Amino acid sequence: MGVKLLLDKAHVPGIRTYDVYRREGGYRSVEKALKEMNPESIVEEVKKSGLRGRGGAGFPAGMKWSFIAKPEGVPRHLVCNADESEPGTFKDRYLMEFLPHLLLEGLIVSSFALGSNDTYIYIRGEYAWITDILEEAIKEAHANGWLGKNILGTGFDCAIHVQRGAGAYICGEETALIESLEGNRGNPRIKPPFPAIQGVWQRPTVVNNVETLASIGPIINMGGDEYAKIGVGRSTGTKLISACGNINKPGVYEIDMTISVEDFIYSDEFCGGIANGKKLKACIPGGSSVPILPANLLLKTAKGETRYMNYESLSDGGFATGSMMGSGGFIVLDEDQCIVKNTYTLARFYRHESCGQCSPCREGTGWMEKILQKIETGKGSMSDIDLLWDIQRKIEGNTICPLGDAAAWPVAAAIRHFRDEFEWHINNPDLSQTSNFGLQHYADPIHVPA
Amino acid sequence: MSEQILFKVTIDNITIEVPAGTTILQAARKIGGTVAPPAMCYYSKLQGSGGKCRTCLVEVAKGSEKDPRPMPKLVASCRTTVMDGMEVKNITSDKVIDARAGVVEFLLLNHPLDCPICDQAGECHLQDLSFEHGKSETRYEFQRRTFKKHDLGKNIQLHMTRCILCYRCVFTADQLTNKRVHGILDRGDHAEIATHIEKSLDNEFIGNVIDVCPVGALTDKTFRFKNRVWFLKPMDAHRDCPTCSGRVTLWNRGDEVYRVTARKDEWGEIEDTPDGKPGWICNTCRFDKKETSDWVIEGPRAISRQSVIAQGHYAGNVGMTKPTETFKAVNGGRTPHLLLDIHDESEVNQSQIHLGKIHGPAHGDTFNNKIENA
Repeated sequence: MGVKLLLDKAHVPGIRTYDVYRREGGYRSVEKALKEMNPESIVEEVKKSGLRGRGGAGFPAGMKWSFIAKPEGVPRHLVCNADESEPGTFKDRYLMEFLPHLLLEGLIVSSFALGSNDTYIYIRGEYAWITDILEEAIKEAHANGWLGKNILGTGFDCAIHVQRGAGAYICGEETALIESLEGNRGNPRIKPPFPAIQGVWQRPTVVNNVETLASIGPIINMGGDEYAKIGVGRSTGTKLISACGNINKPGVYEIDMTISVEDFIYSDEFCGGIANGKKLKACIPGGSSVPILPANLLLKTAKGETRYMNYESLSDGGFATGSMMGSGGFIVLDEDQCIVKNTYTLARFYRHESCGQCSPCREGTGWMEKILQKIETGKGSMSDIDLLWDIQRKIEGNTICPLGDAAAWPVAAAIRHFRDEFEWHINNPDLSQTSNFGLQHYADPIHVPA
Repeated sequence: MSEQILFKVTIDNITIEVPAGTTILQAARKIGGTVAPPAMCYYSKLQGSGGKCRTCLVEVAKGSEKDPRPMPKLVASCRTTVMDGMEVKNITSDKVIDARAGVVEFLLLNHPLDCPICDQAGECHLQDLSFEHGKSETRYEFQRRTFKKHDLGKNIQLHMTRCILCYRCVFTADQLTNKRVHGILDRGDHAEIATHIEKSLDNEFIGNVIDVCPVGALTDKTFRFKNRVWFLKPMDAHRDCPTCSGRVTLWNRGDEVYRVTARKDEWGEIEDTPDGKPGWICNTCRFDKKETSDWVIEGPRAISRQSVIAQGHYAGNVGMTKPTETFKAVNGGRTPHLLLDIHDESEVNQSQIHLGKIHGPAHGDTFNNKIENA
């Protein structure tokens, strides 16, 4: 069941090497793009495909490409964002580790479409061994004439450089990534100007996620219209979901966005149900920064309709009763998990990763962490919940980059849907240290004043 | 020469025309008064500064004449340029007031609030900001982060615990001196301004980091604990300095010069010299010339009447400044004697209130209540 565009060849032995990849039909899209198409028609094709950015925000990729400024005599750059650091997301790692040539194929076509002669892959520092894999793949592509000068005799030059980050989550934000790529401290820039106007070294730049760029090859091969037929509504194509948590089969799955959340969790083809015969309690459907949803709201929307694994359906109901597709890090929590502890862990992460540039995020993340730690260790008081709510409200939307929002949303959603669990922690300080709240409560979202 | 394009922008219902490319903050400062948002990190003389502290957040209710959509989030006014027909809400927006209160709370979260022993007290922007926008008590109940004090060279002390990470000093060192020797180490709430491994800052112009620091994190060691700023009399003075403009403010008590700073305008920024360049001063002027005889005194420095420094001293240029607008002008042409004529339109004279029917003596409430009832 389901269409596979990215991972269809993932299990062919030796697919990581150029020879096998080419034998399996690799690099066809580069031939097609460079010989039969021009940059404008490629952008047009990507626009038609309706491909949305796979990094988290879901912004249409073709649209992003068409924003790039084209001043005379200024080089343009394509940067591949492989700084995948969101807790719960590991799809890019899988793609790059097993199908490095699929990414390179997409990168070459995209570089041609955007006119980028020097294309960068900014890879997360911890993915050291993947850097080696990518560099090996680049060497192979070079040797076979897919990279370098005058590719396929079309006069198009392209070089791909791999740059390792130094382990900062914030460098996954595109302007911080650009700063880091330039060799500066990874602080996000203030927008505008957007990278499409002034990016790397003040040159027009497009920053795309690994999965977005890997999807370019299949789009060119099958045509944008065909690609748009897969999926539903504005969620076209296939999406990689990295499922983890208390499920029987954690891993990276390619879905075509018409599958329901319930099927995804319980079917044997995907997650295979909750591990150890436990019950589903909650789920963070799109990587750690998106709002957590209790089981009832995860499987059905507030209106009682089935929730599907796509951009629109997951965000149905806004943040009050919905969540986000995000980057596809699907974290499942069973009945034994403590939401307070989970929220505290996330808050600790964001505190550690805040760059410290703007004050709400710098100070607010640390404050939230301390309050959550206090509640988690049984020393909290009721007013702490309202205080947390107030802090997250003052961080959200008031920061330079989306990290502030990413830190605020999980806390907000946890309080919104699991307030009684927080209250139970505060009312039963001793009991909460030895046992869990369990499933008692996930009835309805609790109204919290804005 | 082409004519300068002027954009019309409305801030808190006051419309002003400014050249294209002006930021909202600069436009608001042209209007002046409470319309100008507070700014802790923005410094017009330093390229690239601003956008970090988030105290200058404003609401853009109307993007421009062409695209009237409001901006979805509050924007940093110091880094957002105006568009033609833009409508901005600063103190007229509840969202802004709320967000600003939040930012002040965040800024004070790890601040030691050691104002009684801080040399910056009295001229501290954070003090002013929290006085205007902050609350009287904190909701923070945990330990505040602390750092050791560092000496940056023989004249400057860095007290990181007070720092709000505005990055102004980093930009100053970067743009005024020829080599960058200090920057930010670490990240998040444990980020700190530091020289790379205890290196001293020695550059002819590095003393200016003291002037740009909005709080008491960078202080003048030749002035530390010597006096409080509000006991000193600021005086404009100059000397013939080979390295800088030599235009400074002397802070005297009696005949003694306690400290020397650059001249600062009403926004706390360095004033321009007559030839239009920022009036940064050199270390020699700042740290070494501490005799009145080194200087040519021009006269008392104009200090805002609201400033604590002005208390017990003088306001305006010398003595009192008379308001420029006359009574008549601000009251729609009515002359003062009409305003004072309480019998003319006074509420007391309303005939429907019978003083004889009131028990006991009549007072203000009697009339106020009647007017509400009427």
